[in-house]
Amino acid sequence: MSGARERVLANIRAALNRKGPMTDSVTAALDARLKTPRANVKPAVEGDVVERFIQKMESVHGAVTRVAAMEKVSEAVDDHLKQHGLPLELVVAPDPGLEDIRWSNRFAIERRAASGSDRVSVTGAFAGLAETGTLVLLSGPESPTTLNFLPDDHIVVLRVERIVTHMEDVWARLRKERGQMPRTVNFITGPSKTADVEQTIQEGAHGPRRLRVILVG
Amino acid sequence: MLSRADEFKQRSTAALLDPELKRAMGKAKGGFQEKRRNAVDLLPEFEALKQTARELKEHTLHNLDFYLERYEEAVTAAGGQVHWASTTEEAREIILKICRDAGAKRVTKGKSMVGEEMGINEVLERAGFEPVETDLGEYIIQLAKEPPSHIIAPAVHMTKDQITDLFHAHHQKYGLTGRVTEVAAIVNEARTVLRDKFLSADVGITGANFLIAETGSSIIVTNEGNGDLTNTLPPVHIVTAGIEKVVPTLEDVSTILRLLARSATGQETSVYTTFSTGPKRSRDLDGPSEYHVVLLDNGRSQMLGNEFHEMLRCIRCGACMNHCPVYQSVGGHAYGWVYPGPMGSVLTPLMVGLDKSFDLPNACTLNGRCKEVCPMSIPLPDMLRKLRERGYDQRLMPLRARAALRLWAYFARRPKLYRLATRIGMGLLGALGKRRGRFRWLPFASGWTDARDLPAPQGVTFQAALKKRGRGT
Repeated sequence: MSGARERVLANIRAALNRKGPMTDSVTAALDARLKTPRANVKPAVEGDVVERFIQKMESVHGAVTRVAAMEKVSEAVDDHLKQHGLPLELVVAPDPGLEDIRWSNRFAIERRAASGSDRVSVTGAFAGLAETGTLVLLSGPESPTTLNFLPDDHIVVLRVERIVTHMEDVWARLRKERGQMPRTVNFITGPSKTADVEQTIQEGAHGPRRLRVILVG
Repeated sequence: MLSRADEFKQRSTAALLDPELKRAMGKAKGGFQEKRRNAVDLLPEFEALKQTARELKEHTLHNLDFYLERYEEAVTAAGGQVHWASTTEEAREIILKICRDAGAKRVTKGKSMVGEEMGINEVLERAGFEPVETDLGEYIIQLAKEPPSHIIAPAVHMTKDQITDLFHAHHQKYGLTGRVTEVAAIVNEARTVLRDKFLSADVGITGANFLIAETGSSIIVTNEGNGDLTNTLPPVHIVTAGIEKVVPTLEDVSTILRLLARSATGQETSVYTTFSTGPKRSRDLDGPSEYHVVLLDNGRSQMLGNEFHEMLRCIRCGACMNHCPVYQSVGGHAYGWVYPGPMGSVLTPLMVGLDKSFDLPNACTLNGRCKEVCPMSIPLPDMLRKLRERGYDQRLMPLRARAALRLWAYFARRPKLYRLATRIGMGLLGALGKRRGRFRWLPFASGWTDARDLPAPQGVTFQAALKKRGRGT
């Protein structure tokens, strides 16, 4: 409805008392604000960012296992499956960043997007956020979004050097490393939960029942 | 959604007599307030963030045409489509057309207050589609055929037992015949039923907490993950958003996000904050192939130019209703339309008409707590007062109240007469009420004395007491 577009914009301009189009200098200033975004107030984050990330993630019931190197990831995944009595079947993101993992041959592994019946997924992450203990995942051929939501257990492999302090640092990295927004950026802080029944918090609403971060390094 | 805001008096009276509602509201109230308090106390920068958020939102609103156009350009560049709607009717038509073009049957929905403004579920149903709410609270009230009673906790008015009955009545057709009585089992049953709906949906509709001009992204903030299954699994994703949702940059939204969850649920951040930008890319293995945004005005551009402009800063956190004694007593349904509580008492008159909702701005004690806890510093009590003035000017106030106000104004403008009259009045009431200390009944005061006793005055007016004390010190 192009008529509606013009009507809405005309109403806005009338409300703002604009007599004519914006001057070029005003437009240029506004465009400059868009093209060179500035960070606003960033809350102080004290102490070691890795420690802070772990503490915040655990405070919302995300489990964290720290391992020294990628070779140890397979073992950590195995421990998680044992702990929760899960089958040795994994859907792993086709992420080149996960290629260094030497998977135990006990696992049945598929590399694809998730289906409704998958129990456990393993993905990488673009970043970790110390401020709130948050994982940041970008959609792409190497990281299908369904892996973050459909399986009961979501295991995320995160290298410590990918942990940044603030959300603003994620944007800076994203612009530098990717140049543009992927279809989806997921910020994930703990397992899925709801408080819609009498304000009682219950985990495992529609997304993963459990979230496990394997921190490498 | 059809407004019943003109029935506030009847509906609030009924609500006050509803013991189930009282029980449900009692459980929710303290939790919301305490959690918010704790979250705010843990963030020393909260006030600074509030100040910045206010400034950047004002900046955006003052250049709203510019930012909406830039936003639209960015959505288009990412392969999405923006549809503009000045009214809810236009918005409904746009959504119906997208659903028809997609050959859709089942439509999953994330929580969207703009969707409630449109009454989109009813419209979809009438057109032969099957809309399925997927946020647990929204799903519960969809089964109950009720509107939401809170903007972030739509089923806050219901008790667990009521939900048990509801699930028992509606889930037998899926072969789930047992009664689920524990919270974990209730949530799990909803998960099971809705999982199939997610996987078989043809269109997913979500709201948007924010839109970003820089990137053309829409943002949803959820805890359940339902919004993400809604915007990832079906081949078509529709975003519904008010035109005031746009902010300039990713950095700007980062600032406001720090206020949103803390003010709403007392969380530092919600479990899922999701930025969607356009449809799936050519090599992506999942995601929708169409991405539409329906931008709704519905009276917002009018507010931009008048004294209610600041209401457009609202980020729909619900803190105002969580701290409102009126909302806490009568619940959200009494307000009769989409938005309840203090923010609703401002928005409903502006969107539905003051003549159809005049009681809402009057159902306020002007205690100011909503303004105190508002993360966007919206002067809600001032706006409610302005709406009362408008109502008086438009002669919406009942005749008796107008007459009483005029009488009061007559005396108030004549201080000597006022003091004399109040002295006589208070003296008389003080003497009459001396024995019992309270009145069970008074002429012209049945509105008060029907529900509670009126404490008898001490016999001296406030001004006289003050004067005496002043002399004494």
